[in-house]
Order: sequence, then structure tokens, then C-alpha cells
Amino acid sequence: MTPLSQLLPGQFGKLASLNPERGVDQRLMALGLLPGMVLKLVRRAPLGDPLAIEFGGQVVSLRLAEAESLIVDVAADCPIQRPRATS
Amino acid sequence: MVALVGNPNTGKSTLFNALTGLRQRVGNYPGVTVARKSGSCDLGNGTKVELVDLPGLYSLAATSPDEQVVTDALSGNISGERQPDAVIMVADATNLLRNLFLASQLAELGLPVALVLNQADIAKEQGLRIDTTLLSERLGGIPVVMASAWKGEGVIDVRRAIALTLERKTLLPRVVWPEKILAALEDIKAAIFRDTGRKITSAEAQRLIFDSNSALAERLQWKPEHRDPVIRQGRETVRQSGYNPLAAEPLVHYARLRKVLEGVVKEGAVRNSRSAAVDRLLLHRFFGPVLFAGIMLGFFASVFWLAKFPMEWIQSGVDWTKTIVAPPLDAYPMLQSLLADGIIAGVGAFLVFLPQILILFLFIGILEDSGYMARAAFIMDRLFSWCGLNGKSFVPLLSGFACAIPSLLSTRTIEDPKARLATAFVVPFMSCSARFPVYALMCAAFIGPHYGPGWQSVVMVGMHCVGLFFAVPTAFVLTRLVLKVKPQPFVLELPRYQMPKPRDVLWRMWQNAAEFISKAGTVIFAITIIVWALSYFPRDAAVAASINAANPTAAEEVVKAKVQAAYVEQSYMGRFGKAVQPVFDPLGFDWKITVGVLASFPAREVIVSTLGVTYSVGEGAKADSRHLLQAMQDAKWSEGPRAGSPIFSLAAVLSLMVFFALCSQCGPTIATLAQETGGWKWAAGSFVYMTTLAWVAATAVYQVVIRIS
Ligand SMILES: Nc1nc2c(ncn2[C@@H]2O[C@H](COP(=O)(O)OP(=O)(O)O)[C@@H](O)[C@H]2O)c(=O)[nH]1
Ligand SMILES: [Mg+2]
Repeated sequence: MTPLSQLLPGQFGKLASLNPERGVDQRLMALGLLPGMVLKLVRRAPLGDPLAIEFGGQVVSLRLAEAESLIVDVAADCPIQRPRATS
Repeated sequence: MVALVGNPNTGKSTLFNALTGLRQRVGNYPGVTVARKSGSCDLGNGTKVELVDLPGLYSLAATSPDEQVVTDALSGNISGERQPDAVIMVADATNLLRNLFLASQLAELGLPVALVLNQADIAKEQGLRIDTTLLSERLGGIPVVMASAWKGEGVIDVRRAIALTLERKTLLPRVVWPEKILAALEDIKAAIFRDTGRKITSAEAQRLIFDSNSALAERLQWKPEHRDPVIRQGRETVRQSGYNPLAAEPLVHYARLRKVLEGVVKEGAVRNSRSAAVDRLLLHRFFGPVLFAGIMLGFFASVFWLAKFPMEWIQSGVDWTKTIVAPPLDAYPMLQSLLADGIIAGVGAFLVFLPQILILFLFIGILEDSGYMARAAFIMDRLFSWCGLNGKSFVPLLSGFACAIPSLLSTRTIEDPKARLATAFVVPFMSCSARFPVYALMCAAFIGPHYGPGWQSVVMVGMHCVGLFFAVPTAFVLTRLVLKVKPQPFVLELPRYQMPKPRDVLWRMWQNAAEFISKAGTVIFAITIIVWALSYFPRDAAVAASINAANPTAAEEVVKAKVQAAYVEQSYMGRFGKAVQPVFDPLGFDWKITVGVLASFPAREVIVSTLGVTYSVGEGAKADSRHLLQAMQDAKWSEGPRAGSPIFSLAAVLSLMVFFALCSQCGPTIATLAQETGGWKWAAGSFVYMTTLAWVAATAVYQVVIRIS
């Protein structure tokens, strides 16, 4: 279990938990990022913040500080293939 | 009335344009700064319907003003607006699941819905196959059509679908909520009816339990002591049903949609990885910023270079018109002056800005439609987040170095209301191109001759940084201490890269330019006429007579300039300038500069021609006019403690430039700020704040420099 902010670029993780009280997490849930969903940290911005993550066939950017409390499970059986919205 | 609803970037506006053609009206929703675009759409069966393009949103959980407008418009809660008869849900065919989340929420509103799966061309390219018949069946038989608004394909089907929806009133099936939750929603509706006498829909009741702080709660005027226990009870019920109330909605809707989409979408073998490949370069840790700087520099340089020539043509066109129109009116000097210095100058004053503004909008349109705008925000966010702005503030602030007005219009792309307001507030600090002639005149009159071209460049560059130097702390204090609005999380979709379509970009450029002409144009024009009148009246013939008598041998030109100067001196503007000159005395301004400052309210650069008049070198003076420079260098204080010393000293020149860098002497900017912030409060605040700051900073500069030099 690691915070999303600590994933390496290119690394996949399965979302373990988020905090529905926070505005960012509400936004991400509306975009379809729900617990159990596989996501990929695509890259960090050139200045290190924000991050770009990919889930459900879309690329979304969020700030490092806000990615801290999103907990992902990297040990899980993450697919090598890119996940898609409809699969 | 039919409303277009959908996620941002799905092609709603493109579809709207295709459906309505050029018959559109752009307005504002009452009380908020959200644009309302409506037009008439031909349904292809001889009937027409009014179509409204609503702002894009991901969820009905309204947090920003844009989203609130959509929720309000769809529930018929906007005064003076009917509830739509039907909704056209525009979805991106390549990301159906996420797009349908909003559709699934919309179902709760009980409005007839048609579903348009747009960007069908991309879906096809990616090899996606979507079974629209099956999808329609699973969605309660609502019309489902594929379209490519961008190519104009399927637009006829959309028209037919709208007609069908209006006729059959097909509804989207609602999510099946557990009994307990449904009961809780009913309880809330009953409680509101009991406490406030209002009836709300169950869609609205859902907003109250599912959203952590729904704007609806404020609007219902439901007393918190009544409201809070009811909502707490409702959330408790949701929790007993096994859901976190703040997560229930996405969990339930997404679970349902996964079932709906099962077997509907067939994945193709082709994956669109082009955007990812482009991002690898454009967001590269080293090349990303380099290319970014190159793109922005190119963008900005071309705004100036491309605009330079048309601006010169317009300027000479205006001057030429004056020489044509003025002579036949020699017998009517008042009319002549009104026409030449009032009307023609007023029209010219804003026409001159038009080329820059068109090019600026063109580039912003290209950046947006190509998908690079979001990347620019991604790259720059770090530099802006610490002072409460975000990456999307960058382009408006950069554009501010050309002209504040288009920059203020482009702050609309910032979703976070707090960052949007703060960005709009600091945009006028950017050194716009109307300040340039002022710096150029001061440098040419004083810095260049005394210190050489090296220092002149240093001062020119320095002056462009002064505003920036104050803008950053202003934004910081504003977002931390003044603005009480809750900030929005900076969650930004990085959309697919796309070739911008010239027609769309040009159309948007034209719409924005039309807005500039109608809003800023009228303000510039009106202020120019007012300033003209104040500097023209009163016009006592005795003034001219006495000057003519005193200079019997002088050349006609010289006498004419002197007469003009004398008239301005005794005009209302001149008298007012003299009366308030003591206020500007600590800045080292004499009454002529003071009049110049006051008269520059239509646009800052006007001070150059005003100084031309008050220094008796005739009108139409430019920053490089030899006579004006000479007159300024010769100008001396005639009385007071500084009598005999030159007015344009190093201290005064620097003070004047700093004053112009920071002051708010631009009527159109103030008017646009009022429009974009939804009221005069912020515009007035900006004027008072900037003027005070300019006064203090210029005084400090003058008083310090005069002592050390
Ligand atoms: N390939 C493709 N692009 C489209 C289509 N419709 C719109 N676009 C592009 O998608 C982007 C967003 O379109 P816009 O109408 O502004 O979307 P809105 O935010 O929903 O109003 C623009 O770059 C459009 O050119 C389409 O059918 N196919
Ligand atoms: Mg749009």
C-alpha cells in the first residue's frame, strides 16, 4: 500500500482507498476512479508537480499534495495492458 | 427549448454550431458570469426549436458556478428561463462509461433525453464498434445516434432525434436505489415542504445528501438548525444501506453503467496512442519546458509582429480620414473637433487594438482546440499554485502583456472561481501594449539622451517587470486572506491532441472580437467623447484672440498650437487637472502631466497625444516626435520650491513610468473586469487598489530618486 504520489512514472497501481470527504476525490470518483480501479502514473510535470494519471482510457492531472492521500496497491495483479473504460 | 449537456470537450459547441448555423445569441445568465449561448435549430420536419449550449460538466454535484448553472437550468430554477423540454446529452463515443455517468445522473431529473455519441470519427479510427440499438434498448428506448459534429456527419440524425424526443418524451431509466434510500429522499422532500413550503424534486433531494456542500442548501433558505439534522439523518440511512453517502452516487451509477455497456462496445485492435507519443515529447522533463517556452515566445512575438502592420495601417487610415473630413468643416470648429478628435479618434482608439486582439484570440483558439492549452497548464501549474492561482492562469497573464481585455475574457477557461477571480484581478498589472508608448516617450525624452541606449533598454525591460512584481503578492494575499470562496481541486483532463479546425477557430475568434467591439468598443468610444468634451469646453473666443494678438509675427502653425494649448488649459479638464495637481505633486507631476494622466482614461497611450497638445506642439504627437521631446526637455517648473528646475528629471520620468505601470487608467479594462466578475464591486476595488498602489509606488520612486540624484 503506497500513496499514489509515490508511484514511479509508468507504474500501475490498484486504487485501494480514497477519502470521499475531499473535493479532489469527489472529482476523481465522478470521473470513474473508484476503489479497485487500476490506474497508471503516466508522468510528473517537468517541475515535479502536478502528476498525470491514466485510468479508464483518460489522462487526468492532479496535484502532488492531493495525490498523497490516494492509497494504491502496487503489489496487486495489475495488468501489463493499459486498462480501458469499457473492459 | 432543448438543452445541450455533456462533459467538457465532447464537442457540444461544435454540434451546437452545426445545428444552429450562424443564428446564435450570446448572453449571460442573470447574476453569474456564465455565458448563455442559444440559437434556433431546424428539426428538419418544418419545425424549429430553441437550443441552448450549456457549460460542460462531469457531474451534477455542483461546485463551480458553471456547474451550478447547468443544474439550475435543468431543474428550471433560473428566473426568466423555462425548464428545458428535452435534453440532448452529448457524449464522447471513445469514453462512454465516464460520459454516461452524467447521463445517469440526468435521468433523475425526469426530462426527456436523447443521446448523441459524438466524435464517431475517432471511435472508428480506434476500431471501436458501438451497438447503438442495444444501447438504446438498455436505456429505456431513448434515441441514440452516432455523430461527428466536427465533420458534420450525423447532424441530420441528431435533428431527427431531437424531434423524436420532443414527440415521444422518452425518459432515461433511473438507477434503482435501495428502498431505504428512496424513503430517506422522500423524508427530506417532506421536511423541506414542512419547513419552507417549497417542493423539490428527488433529484434535488439527492444533491442535498450526496454532495458535501451543495449550493442548493444555501438557495433553499432552509434554516441550518432545521436542515442539518434532516440531512444528517438522510446520510445515516445511506450509510446503513452500506454506502458512504459521499461516494454512493458514483459507486451506484458506475456499477449500473458497467452492466448497461456490457456487450455494447466492442473494442478494436487499434489503440490511439498518438497523444501519448506526442506527450512523451511535449511533456518531456527537459524538452517539454524548452518547447513550451518556444511555443509561447512564438505565440507572443507573433501577436506583436503580425499586429504591427495592420495597426500602422489603421493608424494612418484614421489620420487620413481626419484630413479628409476636417477641412470642409473649417467654418464649424466645434463640429470639426467633435468629429476629428472625438468620434474619429474614438473609433480609431479601439480599432487600433483590434488586430492584436484578433491574433490573440486566434492563438488562444488554436492552443485550446489542439489540446495544448491543458498541457500548458500542466507544465506551469507548479509556478502558480503557491500563490493561489493555477496553471490555467498562465495564458491569460501572458496575453495581458498585449492587452488586458482579451486576457480578461480568456480567464473564463479557469474553472476554479477563486483562481479565476484572482487571475482577473491581477491581469491589469501586466504591462499591456498601451503602456509601451508611455515608456517609450519617457525613455526617449530623458533616459536615452542622458544615459544612453543601454540604460534605456534596461528601463524598458524593468518597467515591464514592475507590474509582475506587484501582481504576485497581490494574488497571494487575495487568495489567502480576502477571497472567501472555497477553492476547487485542480483536477484537469489532458484531452486528446487534435488538429484545430480553421472554421471553428475563426468562428470563435470572430465571436470574441464581436464581443470586444460591442463591449470594450462602446466603452472606449464613450470615454473618448466624454474626455473630448471635457477638454473642449468652455471655448471662449477671447482666448484665441488674445494669443493671436500677442503673437502677430509667429508662424501660423505655432500660433495654432499655442491656442490649442491655451484652450485645454482653461477647459474643464485643464481646470480639474490644475485643481488635483497637488495630489500628484509628491509624484513630481505638473498640471500638464496630471491632465495627461486624467485624459488617458480611454486608453493609457492617449497621454502621449495629450502631452503633445498641452506642450503646444500640436495634436497627433507620437512617442518619437522630435518637437514633443524637445518641448518636454525644455519644460521647467515655473513656481514653487522647484522653480527653474526641469520637470522631466530622472525622478519624474521614473515616477511617471512606475505610475503608468501600476495605475488603473483604462476605462475598458475596468468595464470588462466588472462584466467578468459579475458586478462593479471587484472593478471598483481594482481601480482603488491599483490607483493607490501606483500613487504610493510612484511617490516613493520620486522622493527617493530626487534625493539621491
Ligand atoms: N474528431 C472530432 N473532434 C471533434 C468532434 N466534435 C468536436 N471535436 C473537437 O473537440 C474539441 C472540443 O469541442 P467543443 O465543441 O469545444 O467541445 P465542448 O467543450 O463540449 O463545447 C474541439 O477541438 C473540436 O474541434 C468530432 O465529432 N470529431
Ligand atoms: Mg463548449
